[in-house]
Amino acid sequence: MNINKDIKTLIVEKALKLDCGQTINNYPLAYETYGLLNDKKDNAILVFHALTGDQFVTGKNPITNKDGWWSFAVGPNKSIDTNKYFVICANVIGGCMGSFGPSHENPETKKIYGTDFPVITINDIVNAQVNLLDHFEIKKLFSVVGGSMGGMQVLQFVSNFPDRAKTAVPIACTSSHSAQNIAFNELGRQAITADHNWFDGKYSSNKTVPEKGLAVARMAAHITYLSKKGLQEKFGRKLQERDDLKFGFDADFQIESYLRYQGSVFVDRFDANSYLYITRAMDYFDLVKQFNGNLSNAFKNTKAKFFVISFTSDWLYPTQENKDIVIALNAIGADVGFVEIESDKGHDSFLLDVPDFLKALKNFLDKSYIEKLL
Amino acid sequence: MKSEYKIISDMIEKNARVLDVGCDNGNLMEFLKKNKNVDIRGIEISKDKVQVCIAKGLTVIEGNAELDLKQFPKNSFDYVVLGQTLQAFINPELVIKELLRVGKKSIVTIPNFGHWKVRLNLLIRGTMPVTKSLPNEWYNTPNIHMCTIKDFVKFSKTINFEIFKSLALMNKNVSTINNSNLFFKNLFADLGIFLIEKKNEN
Repeated sequence: MNINKDIKTLIVEKALKLDCGQTINNYPLAYETYGLLNDKKDNAILVFHALTGDQFVTGKNPITNKDGWWSFAVGPNKSIDTNKYFVICANVIGGCMGSFGPSHENPETKKIYGTDFPVITINDIVNAQVNLLDHFEIKKLFSVVGGSMGGMQVLQFVSNFPDRAKTAVPIACTSSHSAQNIAFNELGRQAITADHNWFDGKYSSNKTVPEKGLAVARMAAHITYLSKKGLQEKFGRKLQERDDLKFGFDADFQIESYLRYQGSVFVDRFDANSYLYITRAMDYFDLVKQFNGNLSNAFKNTKAKFFVISFTSDWLYPTQENKDIVIALNAIGADVGFVEIESDKGHDSFLLDVPDFLKALKNFLDKSYIEKLL
Repeated sequence: MKSEYKIISDMIEKNARVLDVGCDNGNLMEFLKKNKNVDIRGIEISKDKVQVCIAKGLTVIEGNAELDLKQFPKNSFDYVVLGQTLQAFINPELVIKELLRVGKKSIVTIPNFGHWKVRLNLLIRGTMPVTKSLPNEWYNTPNIHMCTIKDFVKFSKTINFEIFKSLALMNKNVSTINNSNLFFKNLFADLGIFLIEKKNEN
């Protein structure tokens, strides 16, 4: 389902030992680039996407025909200025936009992997992506940037490859997935697996899609990306194309209609099994545990300059969890800046037109870029 | 302002590691970076001012000195600077102790509440003093713990820290404060600038 002329793919020959114990090789890694790599190859930024993102960061997404997921932040003269920087973004392994994932065919069985696909982790995801640096012969990235699950990848990347990024910008993320985060992901997974069209993950051979389950998973998750205040201001108790309540279970309220719409468009572009695998990778993410309870140790070998950003109304990855990253960095004297951006738009703030955020990101990158040139 | 920066800069060695607590718009940070090539970080409570600092390429953490200094290990910095903000804290004693824990040395500047104009203001008018350097009314001032130069010297004895250098700024003139001129400096200085260090613990 992923063969498409618009998707650039690197076939990674080098074997990758996954955290689950399995080894993969000769697997596809789908990616996109924006801007130009300079002669010194020191202007590259690796952007990491979040749970439901993909490699099409900005411009028109050729598959969905919609704007790229980070069009507000990435592009000519924008925060991540593609006139200056060479932006690379890869679809995570486990994903469904061309990278090796559960919707791919298992060459041995000639069947779609489904839930036979190995469980992957954030660690596996960044270990796969570092191959892109070798592909482009980039020794050191100017920056690694990402929000939410993308931020987790930033932290893992810098920890795994301390010499391969000059700056690092983890946004609206955490160093360890909380019980609440896991709970919401589990809700989504249960919705998918409870759909009778899921068929233990073998829905493609049954020519079905667990649409209802995936839509419910998306609806539940979508609520966690917004703030109560934001929802109230946007929807309140406004009714959907009707003058009064209908005393039934149609979408009387605009918020219901909105969520249903979000669910329905999501199933057109996302694979249910990928949703299971990627949420699992997020749940398994615990950089604190990986370093025996001391997060500082994750960063002790890097000289990267960090800039951590959180949002006031983000209750999914609240400011305190972002600050814990800052505290761990300060404990080892790392170069770290931090700002909490005022916004009513919840966790989604990093994807939206939030001028203070976009300004801070641009200023940090552009000033650091000049500084590194001096 | 500039003369205060110059005095602070003169107290700091080249290439030192410095933390500016309440770094405001980052002007002192820039001054020290340029003149002393220091490795400098800032903490600032105002989001807008943090943004200004980021735009200048400075490494600043949004935070509150009373809550957020504790994340820095002991002796993380050669110098911790606290410019004219001690009086704004709920617990200045805790802040001073934190400055001296986080930094090997600390530089603290205080607007002098013992200045004769302040005293006269209260004496004659019978209302809380409002002057050029203290422009707020009592009900909206951020300065909830004003002190005089003499108070600060006394304070050093109470909570047991060493004052290595004490300077008085009058208009643009700098002079040293010592025991014999303390009375006059406390009456005429706009600003007291102190280089302090914790007393030997052993």
